[in-house]
Amino acid sequence: MSRILEQYVKVTGEAVIEHLRQLAKPLQGMKLVHINSTKMGGGVAEILHKLVPLLNELGIESTWHVVEGNDEFYQCTKNFHNALQGIRIDIPKTQINTYETTNKYNFEKLEPTLKEADIAFIHDPQPVALIKHIPKRKGKWIWRCHIDLSSPFRPVWKYLREYVNQYDASIFSLAIFAQQLPHPVYLIAPSIDPLHDKNVQLSKKEIGDVFTRFEINPDRPMILQVSRFDRFKDPIGVIHAYRNAKKFIPLMQLVLAGGGASDDPEGEAVLEEVRQAASDDHDIKVLLLPGDAHRTINALQRAATIVLQKSIKEGFGLTVTEALWKQKPVIGGDAGGIRIQVINHHTGFLVNSPEGAALRIRYLLNNPDIMESMGRKAKEFVRENFLITRHLREYLTLILAVLHGNKDRIELNGS
Amino acid sequence: MANSKNSTNEPFMVKDCALIALASGKKVQNLREMRDVLSTISPDSIYYHFWGGLLRPRFDDPEYHNDFAIWSAHSLHDKVMAERLAIIDPIEFNTLEDLRNELIDLIEERLDEVDYPLWAKREDQFEFIRSQIVIFNTKRTVQKPRDLVTALPHFSVGSIFYHFIDARRRLTNSLDDFQNWFLNFGDTYMDLCYHIAEIDPYFLPLTRLRHKLTEVFTDYFKKEKK
Repeated sequence: MSRILEQYVKVTGEAVIEHLRQLAKPLQGMKLVHINSTKMGGGVAEILHKLVPLLNELGIESTWHVVEGNDEFYQCTKNFHNALQGIRIDIPKTQINTYETTNKYNFEKLEPTLKEADIAFIHDPQPVALIKHIPKRKGKWIWRCHIDLSSPFRPVWKYLREYVNQYDASIFSLAIFAQQLPHPVYLIAPSIDPLHDKNVQLSKKEIGDVFTRFEINPDRPMILQVSRFDRFKDPIGVIHAYRNAKKFIPLMQLVLAGGGASDDPEGEAVLEEVRQAASDDHDIKVLLLPGDAHRTINALQRAATIVLQKSIKEGFGLTVTEALWKQKPVIGGDAGGIRIQVINHHTGFLVNSPEGAALRIRYLLNNPDIMESMGRKAKEFVRENFLITRHLREYLTLILAVLHGNKDRIELNGS
Repeated sequence: MANSKNSTNEPFMVKDCALIALASGKKVQNLREMRDVLSTISPDSIYYHFWGGLLRPRFDDPEYHNDFAIWSAHSLHDKVMAERLAIIDPIEFNTLEDLRNELIDLIEERLDEVDYPLWAKREDQFEFIRSQIVIFNTKRTVQKPRDLVTALPHFSVGSIFYHFIDARRRLTNSLDDFQNWFLNFGDTYMDLCYHIAEIDPYFLPLTRLRHKLTEVFTDYFKKEKK
């Protein structure tokens, strides 16, 4: 068996990998290309780093290319991103022109690969306009949208939809994020990679080191939220919940850990508010960690007693998946993808207010047996549903489905 | 495929399947809209909302076993409707059209009882989903019914879904593939078929279904040996 797949057998079991091999058999030798806008940072790149080698090991010739652009291009696509998530933004015509010429430039650069591809996955809005330059395509083109498109700012979506309509299929992470389109709209949830530094098993020493490094008392309960310092993640609400619960559990500690926010003026303002709110309490640690502090985040998640993700608005919430994988019950905001991961009384609790979060913190800390059993269930829940192997299985199933037209039942040769 | 028209010498061919979900683009916010969409939605969507839950992230809900009932309870907060929908057992219906009609009847009955239909919040709308199923041969076979005792624990959940759930829709006699295979041995395995028929797949997740089937086969062949 191939090297990477062998590593996954240890996590998922042989049957899951065998299932992937069976699904990949009819796709042997096919050429598949992924196009996105960044090699580093963000969930999409993280998944592609592992998905592409896995596809190759399964016999599907897969490559991954990144579109290049100048600052104005990225300003434009950042505006697209915000507008698709519902913010009203008027995008200047000059930015749109740059967007279009940048896509044309990238098409010319990638033309041989794109023309040869049997399947092209185009991720998010940045490269979506590539399709305009290849009207007579050999392969099937699929637009993979990682964004919550449930309430887009209509003028921007109307512009981008002209490109999306030309695709053979689209993929959204959740049904609620999807838009009506003139082609099949598939639903594939994101996933985590159990072998990534963020999720890999750590030694007791490495976990213990974070207690020393961040002056956290290992003998007292520690509540953790890992997220950007963003109002939608409600870090101030987390502090309110902590203060409320601490009246009953005085030894509680809170850690708010997030990535750098240097390029995000609002992020800096939120971080400052959080620091202010936490300044009178030595049991609250506000940690600003570098983007590559994967093992530190991993160790903090493993060191935590309970993990919170009290978002008011959320895409999928992969930090929830990461915490569940580490056998931690999660108290999560009743929003977006948190709802399909945090199942009341099974993997944690959904809450709608700081008071609700405080009550659930108290409940769990007073019921360690329940916490332990939730943690066990949580890990199995992720193993079954949110690992990269499931993601890969759905990609393979989708490719087979797209290649066989819009049939409801597809019987592969020999079946 | 040997499973639907086997001769006694034919082995049981183990197949596997994978399901992929598709958004239909149809969303509803109250029972009146639900009834209207139900009357036109593809039967595959009805199938998905009764059986698709077995192959997607969820835990058992001891009260409500299909998506329509779960939505009525948790999003509409209409417990009466939820209980009536939850009692529907899809295996009692010969066709998906019959099942569709039953759903519509129950919803219309409820609409007659209430002064105005309850509304779900915007983010709690019912999203109609359908699925495509890809079926493939695992190249594994089971030579004799007795061999199922050792083979079954190694079936993937996809194989259990295909042979025990999907078969009822696929085959005209509405039986699962195991019973269909046993029928080819005349009356030899009639008792075993009765035991299998007693397993209600509607109330068990696929891993427990696999365990339950293994238990039934193990008990049967242990007794037969004696």
